[in-house]
Amino acid sequence: MEANISLSLKNFTQLENFGHSLRASSYRFRPTSVKEIEEVFRLARESGLTVTARGAGKSYNDASLNGGGILLDMSAINQILGWDAASGIVRCEPGVTLEQLWQYVEPNGWWPPVVSGTMKTTLGGCLAANIHGKNNFRMGPIGEHVLEFTALLPTGEEITCTPKTNIDLFYGMISGLGMLGVFTSITLQMKQIESGLLEVDAWPVHDLHEHLAFLLDKAPNHDYTVGWMDTMTGGKSLGRGQIHAAHYLHGKEDPNPQATMQLNNQILPPRIFGVFPKSILYLFMRPFANNLGWWGVNTAKYIASLRKHTFRQSHAAFHFLLDYVPNWELSYGRGGMIQHQSFLPKETAEAAWREMLTMSLNRGIPSYLGVTKRHRPDKFLLTHAVDGFSLALDFKVTDGNRATLSQMLKDFDRIVLDAGGRFYFAKNSETSAEAARAFLGEDTIAKFKELKKKCDPNNLLESDLFRRVFG
Amino acid sequence: MSNYPKPAAATPLNPRRRGIIIGASDGIGAALARRLAHEGYTLALLARSQDKLESLCNEINQTSRELRAHVYVHDVTEYEKVPDLLRKIVADLGGLDLMVFVAGVNYPPGGIDKYNFENDRKMIEVNLIGALAWLNPVAEMFQSAKAGQMVGISSVAGDRGRVGNPGYNTSKAALTTYLEALRNRLTRHGVNVLTVKPGFVQTEMLKAAQGATPFTVPPEKAVEDIWKAMQKRKQVIYTASIWRWIMLAIQHTPSFIFRRLSF
Repeated sequence: MEANISLSLKNFTQLENFGHSLRASSYRFRPTSVKEIEEVFRLARESGLTVTARGAGKSYNDASLNGGGILLDMSAINQILGWDAASGIVRCEPGVTLEQLWQYVEPNGWWPPVVSGTMKTTLGGCLAANIHGKNNFRMGPIGEHVLEFTALLPTGEEITCTPKTNIDLFYGMISGLGMLGVFTSITLQMKQIESGLLEVDAWPVHDLHEHLAFLLDKAPNHDYTVGWMDTMTGGKSLGRGQIHAAHYLHGKEDPNPQATMQLNNQILPPRIFGVFPKSILYLFMRPFANNLGWWGVNTAKYIASLRKHTFRQSHAAFHFLLDYVPNWELSYGRGGMIQHQSFLPKETAEAAWREMLTMSLNRGIPSYLGVTKRHRPDKFLLTHAVDGFSLALDFKVTDGNRATLSQMLKDFDRIVLDAGGRFYFAKNSETSAEAARAFLGEDTIAKFKELKKKCDPNNLLESDLFRRVFG
Repeated sequence: MSNYPKPAAATPLNPRRRGIIIGASDGIGAALARRLAHEGYTLALLARSQDKLESLCNEINQTSRELRAHVYVHDVTEYEKVPDLLRKIVADLGGLDLMVFVAGVNYPPGGIDKYNFENDRKMIEVNLIGALAWLNPVAEMFQSAKAGQMVGISSVAGDRGRVGNPGYNTSKAALTTYLEALRNRLTRHGVNVLTVKPGFVQTEMLKAAQGATPFTVPPEKAVEDIWKAMQKRKQVIYTASIWRWIMLAIQHTPSFIFRRLSF
């Protein structure tokens, strides 16, 4: 086994981010055991190279890239180590994906308490970024449902952290971007469900004020809320869109929960209308990935959403919208796409986003897709959460718009920081070191660096993201 | 030279390309370094002469007001040092997108009846084996990564064996063939290999030339041609371009005539 771990040029691999907008080449290793991770650390020390752990590579930026260094591909360390269907406690290796996890626990009447918009992410990556879902205002980030994790530090030490022991490292490594150590096992508490369906209410909202008011008002009575925003319409209708709020079904609401919780009622269909394969759908979206095409899509979607209605949907269909069209990111073409997500306090969000959205329309670089959510703060060290809302804006990247888009995102960041907002390290690719310092604060950065010094005194763990934001 | 700030991190909206230039201290190498830095590349510049490299790096970094060029003093005939140095450079640059091999020496024997084994050997060691030592591992990396661009500076001198300089002709003919073989290996993996065949270029090497030097171009003109060809991902270019037609004629000159000529 150990003979495999040597620095061969054959391992040199070019990898991308989720949005296909950034590439980096590294020596890639795909260990299958903790022992082999140790070997990779040894190799890094001997060769003077840095190491970045990568799960599924679904961050929109450079979080899992390490140009010229070593890439620790964790996807083969992916066993579910233990599952107790009575208590809903599951113990997994870090390469286990959310897809593996929900398909494993759902037939027993459980569901992961927090999931991302794609089920392809790994638990190690989810913890490193401390992901949130559409229930962040209620359930917090995934870190709040971790009962225990074990990790290998670059020093060779293996540690166990819980919310009660090794507290600093528990709150530092979750949200710590993989820069303190590598997760080796993760114990999570699942959420019990009484049905495989959610009841979803859909309301149209006619402007930004109403949009945010709905997110705020609907949150207390629902388990999940999410807003879609038509980001291509300005003026009085700026911020119009649709709110989806969903709640779990209880007791007799679902007459046949055993059936709805079966996997075949959850798995996303591979074809549209039973005939058209979704795997090539992105190719047909390409011609529409421009201002006019997306204006048409947004307008049509808004008109379709004007009817207030209620429907039932499987958990998987409600949560994993990003998996509905496989490879949708490729429809953006050669330059790929990026996402700018800002988290703003509920008091300042409306004015700040009004300014940002107006700016993007005036400058002719509209976002093609806007998604809003309701959030609450959490205790993790590099937290992105606030008592307020988030707005995620997707932008297509082309050779022609890089400079103007870059300038606009700098202006966005200034508006967000002035309004007391924060950014999310799994999403934003352009956040500068200065912007990160401004929202995290000197104390947080000092504390993070102190933990880093303790866990990784030789700076073995470094990603392109780390060098961009903390370097 | 480390007084200049590090370039901003590569992001989707600020993509950075990284390149190595072997033989960057003067001539085409230095001109190409200036041009590529101007186009936004972060560069590792290699040559034997520390002084020349450092002053070139200083000039580039001063112009761009950031640390865009790095110095690595290296003699391409120290073949055994290549693997470690390559790994270090790729880590320092944060990746590798471009490899340019310019290093070359020319020692004319000084007459059509003179032979000099030592000089011929040096030309083969630098022009050919130096290229093999660097381009082999980089080809392997680019092939694994399924991306990258390689540029080799060969010469019109490799297109025909002439009476004037058999050793130089041989080294460049072999280099041209080697680059062609790499191209055939790597194109299917998405890697571009560009062979550049300069005629006379106003460089140190030109001083060694004997006789007339028609169609001489400054290195900046050669670099302009190279940069354009790189962007179009071309395979073989002559610079100045008229050499394509001259060499076509020379290559098709029948041997019974060619062997009677004295150039």
